[in-house]
Amino acid sequence: MGYTLVWLSLIVLIPLSMLALKSASMTWPQFVDTVTSPRTLAAYRLSFGAAFVAACINAVFGFLIAWVLSRYSFPGRSIVDAAVDLPLALPTAVAGIALTAIYAPNGWMGQWLSGLGVKAAYSELGVVIALTFIGLPFVVRTIQPVLEDIDPALEEAAASLGAGRRQTFMRVILPTLVPPLITGFTMAFARAIGEYGSVIFIAGNMPGKTEIAPLLIVTKLEQYDYAGATAIALVMLVGSFVLLFAINLLQRWSSKKIGMAS
Amino acid sequence: MRQKRNSDPAIVKWGLIAAAMLYLGVTLFLPLACVFASALQKGLGVYFAALVDPDALSAMRLTLLIAAISVPLNLVFGVAASWAIAKFEFRGKNLLLALIDLPLAVSPVISGMIFLLIFGAQGYFGPWLIERGIKIAFAVPGIVLATIFVTFPFVARELIPVMKAQGNDEEEAAITLGANGFQTFLRVTLPNIKWGLLYGVILCNARAMGEFGAVSVISGHIRGLTNTLPLHVEILYNEYNFAAAFATASVLVLLALVTLVAKRSVEHKFRLEKTGGNPE
Repeated sequence: MGYTLVWLSLIVLIPLSMLALKSASMTWPQFVDTVTSPRTLAAYRLSFGAAFVAACINAVFGFLIAWVLSRYSFPGRSIVDAAVDLPLALPTAVAGIALTAIYAPNGWMGQWLSGLGVKAAYSELGVVIALTFIGLPFVVRTIQPVLEDIDPALEEAAASLGAGRRQTFMRVILPTLVPPLITGFTMAFARAIGEYGSVIFIAGNMPGKTEIAPLLIVTKLEQYDYAGATAIALVMLVGSFVLLFAINLLQRWSSKKIGMAS
Repeated sequence: MRQKRNSDPAIVKWGLIAAAMLYLGVTLFLPLACVFASALQKGLGVYFAALVDPDALSAMRLTLLIAAISVPLNLVFGVAASWAIAKFEFRGKNLLLALIDLPLAVSPVISGMIFLLIFGAQGYFGPWLIERGIKIAFAVPGIVLATIFVTFPFVARELIPVMKAQGNDEEEAAITLGANGFQTFLRVTLPNIKWGLLYGVILCNARAMGEFGAVSVISGHIRGLTNTLPLHVEILYNEYNFAAAFATASVLVLLALVTLVAKRSVEHKFRLEKTGGNPE
């Protein structure tokens, strides 16, 4: 117990408190100037915006994949099931260079997309592609166990009471899946906001345009503007914590709801 | 049972499967294929030359060293933390749980930066350390610290539910029968949690070896000295040495695939444990 707290303080709490301490070394106007400069605002907008879009895409396709994996049996299912975790196991830098190579104008997907007039790599779309990749497992892995646990008797009861397949899905299955879906969405969202490794290769990193907030922090650090970097990081962190708090509330709410259903 | 649930018509079923597979094919399998295709584009000679390059070898050694230090430390912490949380009642338990998960919500870049703020030349202990000739930032100790921070929650997160499910009964029985604390842990607790523990270690190790953002900020990118494997990939890539970058990346892909296989084989046994030995 004591050991846990000491180690936690040494590794996590004291280092993190440095953020607050360091930004306290700036005056308030300096702080506000740094975090509301056009370049910083553009970086926040891109990081949070692209993360949101990517989480939405993951919510849709994560739902589809979880559905297919837990409801149907087909050849290769267990391999696919294992592969879903790949983005968690693959170092982000590797994902970054591989996605860049694929979506660059001369890449496998890129040449096809540029034929359609779509610029994938080195644009905001590239950021979304990378964030979609790293967020995939979260939605799948939160929905899948819930889908597997749905009692078939519930569906049979709905059917025997005269519900059609669509009604059964909308009224019986979907309501149980909403809480884990939101949880998975929020986890993918939170992860994507801070993501760095997979994005910097594909983004193009144009200041004010395709520069994500974590990259801006790194740039400031490389210019030895530690206070500026800290201010940007602090605002980002507060944003993430608000999200984490929301996850916590949602988890409590969803477990209550599932508890009631069964 | 599965049969009964599948009241969906075949066209819906196979349509959905096809859509899911197409999506996964593009998002997951294409990048993997791309890494190997790009790594081998200049032939096997270039591929192996990139792998035995002295800088690549020292990056591999450093990556292994960092995992070898940070994984055991987090393993010990994970066991201690989950023990405290699962077996005792105390105030502020939820806060402790939230704090353990904290590093997952922090951007990797920020994780590296906070150690720079403490140990960097401009940091709080920087000048003191420089006077004494101790290097932490832009050196191996800094990389280890950042890695420990990033992989902090992995073991504890997996163990807490397992330990909670087991309860205290077996430990109490052991102590009543005269076992001391250490014996109880070794003979009673450890066998019960071993699969959960292994699972956490696999995840922790994969992240420790693959971490990029945090390590990139604190390492200083000194070739042959503070370059881990993922950082080596970045440097080669930025030098337009694509074949070598992807060759090095392919090593990390293999690591990821080994991780997935190991994870998979532990998962089944672990699931039995989570439900307290009851497969249903």
